[in-house]
Amino acid sequence: MGMRNLGAAVHRIEDDRLIRGKGKYVDDIKIAGTLSAAFLRSSEAHARIKSIDLAAARAIPGVVAVYALDDLGPKASQRMVQAYPNPAIKIDVTPYPLAKDEVCYVGEPIAVVIAENRYLAEDGVQAIGLELESLACVIDARDALKPGAPPVQTAFSSNLAATLNWKFGDIDQAFTDADHIFEQEYFQHRGGPHFMECRGILAQPDVAGGRLTIWSSTQSPFLVRRYLAAYLEREESSIRVLAPDVGGGFGPKAVHYAEELVIAMVAEKLDRPVKWIEDRRENFVSTNQQRDQWWQVQVACRSNGHILGIRAQCIHDNGAYVPYGVLLPNTSIVPFPGPYAIGAVDIEFHSALTNAVPTTPIRGAGRPNATFVIERTVDTIARELGLDRAEVRRLNFVRKDQFPYETGAKLPSGVSVQYDSGDYHRTLEMALEASKKESFEQRRQAAAQVGKWRGLGIASYNEDSGLPPYEGATVKILPSGRVVVEVGSCAQGQGLETIVAQIAADYFGVQTHEILVRTGDTDLPALALSTVGSRVAATVGPSVHLAAQAVREKALKLAARDFEASESDLEIADGRIAIKGVPGKTVGLGDLSRRLIANVNLPVPVGFSPGLEATAYHTTTRPVYANGSNVCEVEVDIDTGEVELLDYWVAHDCGTIINPRLVDGQIIGGVVHGIGNALFEHMRYDRATGQPLCNNLGEYLLPLATEMPQIHVQHMESPSPVNPLGIKGAGEGGTIPGIACIISAIEDALRPLGVKINEYPLSPERLLELIDEKRQRKVS
Amino acid sequence: MSELHAVGMTINGQSYRADIEARMTLADFVRHVCGLTGTHVGCEHGVCGACTLIADGRATRSCTMYAVQAHGSVLTTVEGLAQPDGTLHPVQQAFTDFNGLQCGFCTSGMQMTIAAYLEENPSPTEREIRELISGNICRCTGYQGIVRAALDAAQKLRESR
Repeated sequence: MGMRNLGAAVHRIEDDRLIRGKGKYVDDIKIAGTLSAAFLRSSEAHARIKSIDLAAARAIPGVVAVYALDDLGPKASQRMVQAYPNPAIKIDVTPYPLAKDEVCYVGEPIAVVIAENRYLAEDGVQAIGLELESLACVIDARDALKPGAPPVQTAFSSNLAATLNWKFGDIDQAFTDADHIFEQEYFQHRGGPHFMECRGILAQPDVAGGRLTIWSSTQSPFLVRRYLAAYLEREESSIRVLAPDVGGGFGPKAVHYAEELVIAMVAEKLDRPVKWIEDRRENFVSTNQQRDQWWQVQVACRSNGHILGIRAQCIHDNGAYVPYGVLLPNTSIVPFPGPYAIGAVDIEFHSALTNAVPTTPIRGAGRPNATFVIERTVDTIARELGLDRAEVRRLNFVRKDQFPYETGAKLPSGVSVQYDSGDYHRTLEMALEASKKESFEQRRQAAAQVGKWRGLGIASYNEDSGLPPYEGATVKILPSGRVVVEVGSCAQGQGLETIVAQIAADYFGVQTHEILVRTGDTDLPALALSTVGSRVAATVGPSVHLAAQAVREKALKLAARDFEASESDLEIADGRIAIKGVPGKTVGLGDLSRRLIANVNLPVPVGFSPGLEATAYHTTTRPVYANGSNVCEVEVDIDTGEVELLDYWVAHDCGTIINPRLVDGQIIGGVVHGIGNALFEHMRYDRATGQPLCNNLGEYLLPLATEMPQIHVQHMESPSPVNPLGIKGAGEGGTIPGIACIISAIEDALRPLGVKINEYPLSPERLLELIDEKRQRKVS
Repeated sequence: MSELHAVGMTINGQSYRADIEARMTLADFVRHVCGLTGTHVGCEHGVCGACTLIADGRATRSCTMYAVQAHGSVLTTVEGLAQPDGTLHPVQQAFTDFNGLQCGFCTSGMQMTIAAYLEENPSPTEREIRELISGNICRCTGYQGIVRAALDAAQKLRESR
């Protein structure tokens, strides 16, 4: 079978509708009679609700209904469903659909106004009378864990949401055997997701028919259905959830939110379609974020830079509720020891409740944080021992001949952590060679002559991508001969429609663009879970392969019987099956489909099941480890603190590449997200009042085209043995090492001053402080 | 708030009239009154550029303008960028050729910003394109594909003139 589509840089199926403005995002879906919703949100970080007066809002012409929690009825008396229960959670507190008695962060929804249009709904919100009695709040996660800290919710006796441990090997022995022990503290902060399409929900009830249809700007339609059904105590089959075109996700759209529940309940109460579209200011105070982590790290190593063990403690800002288990904490510790063969790791991780928006994974989740700790630790060893940073990495990398490599750790599921494949040394060399590192010192000197401080950054990583267990797929041949691929999984810009079509196309000798693809709909036959964790290509891809293979085999078997030929003598081209070397004798896939669909009193061919279609699941217990190294060059202006990003080189291994055009897009976009985290994005709160200090895109800085370097991507394909196509994930591999790489370069630029950088985001003001500390010391 | 104002404008060669409240934004008018949902709303405060359309020849943020202010204007939205026979505008073609989009949400505003600019400056440098789109935010692509697309579209437009 000639593989013509898989691996080719074909244009995306999605593009035509999107470049013409014909995409259908939630707010583009029109259903006659749809009402608009707007939420009243808490203006205080922690307060008791003394009274809510809805009368004035209800009196506004055009306002159809106004609800606080009590008005939603007995069904709303429970807290929301815990998405990922975990015994490590000490305070398992999810929110009510609307606040009950107490609000715990600025932005927490208190009431909802339903009106003929959004303008009137917002008028209604303004008219609600709300009396809040302020309570003490805590914003800094370290403060939250101190004795006597104000409780984030009045019922708590502590603010410790969870403690997790990640350990293997003999850590005490590692530190006993060490020639050197280095200690560092790190502050890490990642802001909000800032997808360009804010969240949105449209609920269309069919009360008489017992069915509820939800369009949600979600990464997880199947999970939204599951949690809605569980909360509303109804059959999952009575709810259909669709993810239409979704304008970016980056993690927080994978979470089920109170607004989804409220809009669903309200639509059924009113028996009218109801839509809620989050605005950007709301997004800053209601969509989950990923904020602060404080790390204390000790590393034990030999004089040659060989790392024996890492010990670390982390305090993590959990926000006011625990809506998503401990997925974000877990992804902050499970990456250890990264791409290095380190014998012992011991990490203690404390997740602290704070009076701020809950935190859940954003592109990379905790992995960029873990990678920052590991890579800064490697750089620290190189700096303190006077070694080359690349050399310390080479010395410690898992070697190619060690795969599959067991780190010694076990996942919570009991499965051992096993790095499946790769060549970590090779990708590092690829990135270094591309950057012309051998001539870097000349470039540094040339820059110095014009007063610029030039630095080179290095960061390596690996990623547990393609998270188990499955995303299902259905492949079918319509009576017309058209090939259809249906996956419940959904996309937020990754190009899922294109890649599943590419995988299927080669089994039928058709072109990618001839295939009809349906995604993101719980009414599709195959089960799906969630588009998170760089997992969908590596999970749904192999399922499409299995389903397409089954359909192809069935078609060949029927054609072989008709032709009285052996299946091995047949070939498929352009959607038709022919006998090799026998011109003229062919049968179309559509003909076979019609025969297998049959009709009353027109039998299905003996020995065959009806229909030319198959649903398949590739199920796995193990993730697949994407990996690679990044190198970048920067120039620092030590008088202004400005960092200019010059060039950025990526050498990346995501196994089998389905479409290099799409992988490049994922990597480059991911790197830029990392750059945003390293230099620009800071979701600040006032520590005393808990008020967010930025709630618009003028105050919160996202990466812009003017500041971005040229990003050069190289691929190395070491197919994963974990799935039949050898695919690994690509969605987060740009972001994960990006922050560490930029900070490494800035520190390298300032090496002559002795500036150490153990934090991000690094604003010009903060960088100047760090520079001035050293300059003043040199002067005095 | 209930006083209504008659507004009329030409969008993509078609005439639209409606009686609307003064507070309705041009973006909401285009999207919800005219049904042209290709214009997207990303921030509603004039920073992200997703809602950019061309009003009387100028790239304009439709979220920070009231529809009544556009009374009598001639507008082009993304739906009017391709030829009537469906042939893509060179900017659109370049966006798909050079991977200038992923989720597609910023794409309309990006395309309209670039298309308007190439009428003024047919031979932009890469730096000029980066400055141009620094008022449009894309969270997916890292901008590299968009910049390449804009430069390619400029070249194609020059060749065709």
